Amino acid sequence: MLRRIWAVLQKELIQTLRDWRTLLIQLSIPMIQLFLFGYAISMNVEHIPTAVSDQSLDAASLAYVQALQASGYFDAVMYVPDQAGVVAAMDASEVQAGIFIPPDFAGKVARGEGQVLLLVDGSDIFTSQSAYNAATAVSQNHATDLLLQKVTRAGMVSDDQTLLPLTTSARILYNPNLDDLWFLIPGMLAMLLQMQTVTLTATAVVREREVGTIEQLLVTPIRPFELMIGKMIPNIIIAFVNLLTIVGLGVYWFGVPFQGDFGLFLWLSLLFVFSGLGLGLLISTISQTQKQTLQLISLITLVGTVLGGFIFPRYTMPRWIYYVGYIFPMTHFIPIARGVISKGVGIEYLWEQVTALAIYVVLILIVAARAFRERLD
Amino acid sequence: MSEYAIAADGLTKVFKTRGGLVTAVSELTLHVQPGETFGLIGPDGAGKTTATRVILGLLRRSGGHSSILGYDSMRDTYAIRERVGYIAQQFALPADLTVMENMQFFAHVQGVSPRQQKQRIPDLLAFAGLGEFTERLAGRLSGGMKKKLALACSLVHEPQVVLLDEPTLGVDPVSRREFWHLLGKLRAEKGLTILVCTPYMDEAERCNRVGLMVNGRFIAYDTPKAIKRQVNGRLLEFTPSDTPNTLALLQNPSRLGVDGILEVQTYGAMLHLFVDDPALRVPQLTAALSAQGITLDGLREIEPRMEEAFISLIRRQEEERVDGKRLSVVGTA
Repeated sequence: MLRRIWAVLQKELIQTLRDWRTLLIQLSIPMIQLFLFGYAISMNVEHIPTAVSDQSLDAASLAYVQALQASGYFDAVMYVPDQAGVVAAMDASEVQAGIFIPPDFAGKVARGEGQVLLLVDGSDIFTSQSAYNAATAVSQNHATDLLLQKVTRAGMVSDDQTLLPLTTSARILYNPNLDDLWFLIPGMLAMLLQMQTVTLTATAVVREREVGTIEQLLVTPIRPFELMIGKMIPNIIIAFVNLLTIVGLGVYWFGVPFQGDFGLFLWLSLLFVFSGLGLGLLISTISQTQKQTLQLISLITLVGTVLGGFIFPRYTMPRWIYYVGYIFPMTHFIPIARGVISKGVGIEYLWEQVTALAIYVVLILIVAARAFRERLD
Repeated sequence: MSEYAIAADGLTKVFKTRGGLVTAVSELTLHVQPGETFGLIGPDGAGKTTATRVILGLLRRSGGHSSILGYDSMRDTYAIRERVGYIAQQFALPADLTVMENMQFFAHVQGVSPRQQKQRIPDLLAFAGLGEFTERLAGRLSGGMKKKLALACSLVHEPQVVLLDEPTLGVDPVSRREFWHLLGKLRAEKGLTILVCTPYMDEAERCNRVGLMVNGRFIAYDTPKAIKRQVNGRLLEFTPSDTPNTLALLQNPSRLGVDGILEVQTYGAMLHLFVDDPALRVPQLTAALSAQGITLDGLREIEPRMEEAFISLIRRQEEERVDGKRLSVVGTA
């Protein structure tokens, strides 16, 4: 048995190394993706191009626009005379937010009835949410400041006293600066590992079937699971090289701290890699051609990324979608990756996900081995 | 039953397709003795490949029974795979491995020890004439060399039986002859049992026995000599001065006024004509055709070959089928 596995493994290794161009692509894809995503993905939108229509142009309105810009969220890129001008600029995609300040702003503020209109481009959900939150927070602060100045000037409070009845102090654990990359890298690791292991395994088997070599392999005494293991090992090696690349780049280039136990993480990643290999094998038994395989893989990657909680939190999903998410191994691994990398927790906090992933691996390998045909029909 | 190297009894394979059930192999019975070379011959689509695959256990059978060396095709699949060599119809060796790597891979997989490999692989490569090409990628070999490599790989574990599915498809005549020369040597020196699928009639002549397969069943199953004897009449060969007209006349002999014309086949510019009695018919024929302004060149009697026998038997089969249908229509009316 071992001899046959060794024979298949040797064959696969020779073929993998012989096709070094493909190997090079496989090894560089995670690097390229991590670099592009690392710089491109930003959950927190800043410097939103903004049109300003200030019909007051007095000290109060200028101070308010100044405050908005100082927050870093808004860049006043154009000044227009009226509200219609703001909408026109948004229609033309020149700006994504607009501020409209009606006449006599200073007077109204003094009377306590100042009003500002914020217009936001709702077709871009990330920008509009950022703009809305930022504008609300900036306006509140600005209003509070104005109030404080007024009260202080009236001599109602002394300088060492605070006027506000309640203050919230928030402390953010694990990622105090809310750095996007700290959040993204564990998920990205899961996504890239899954995509690669699934793709490598599925295409390796399907290609064998498509070029007809599977027929000559099947008439030898190789058992299906021996063939599977022999085919998997080179892919496991490639997957681990990629894992080290991603973690290395994340930690040393992007400065994402690795809080937990790296050894533990490697073991759990191995488990995760097996789940991807099993899924790949299953896909290879379902699809007849490489084209079908690639279609299925892209579906799984996309849906798995969304349902797995890579970007969007899973607990907000409707129940049934939440459970559908369990079909994808990423769903089980993302909490593990975040737990070990970002939170620095050990297996004692992760055993639930680890058990789920282990069961997943066993199940998918059994299903894949059963579906893997010993015969051609 | 284990006295046969290869046996099939009432073997049937039905494929489910979108258009319904298709019977690719129907009630096939064959028995191949150890050391025998058996030819599974027939036109494309006759079911030769399917029959071979079912006997090998590569496809599930729908009915009947089949075994190799007494091992059941379905139950003892791996016992068969350790003892049998197989060449698939299309080239199915890993194309991105070299000749040597291919040999070593199949040797490893078949459990040939490194010591045996050291001796056997060079021997087989020399035997197959591939000794100089050990470092060449299998995908870069010529068609004939690919087939020889496949043969060498299928022999690396010294099987007692080999199944070859159209091993000379797309191979030039010289390489074909060389390939059969190799098979002949294996047969003589090792007593190898060979089952070979082929559409080529000259290859069928080289077999001890053949099964002539049409539409999934045997229409003849005997030695090549006996099969040729099944053909009615004797065979004349000639080149007419006007082939299309002659053909039309001979296909409708009553117009020509000559009896005893059994069948006509084209053979390039020549015609092959089966008649009941050459001594009687040749003068009649020459006279009748020259009345139509047609002269016959190189007229002579020849021995029917497998090719003529094959075409004749298939035609007879088709006619019987059509007659059978007609009868059944009459019967129901």
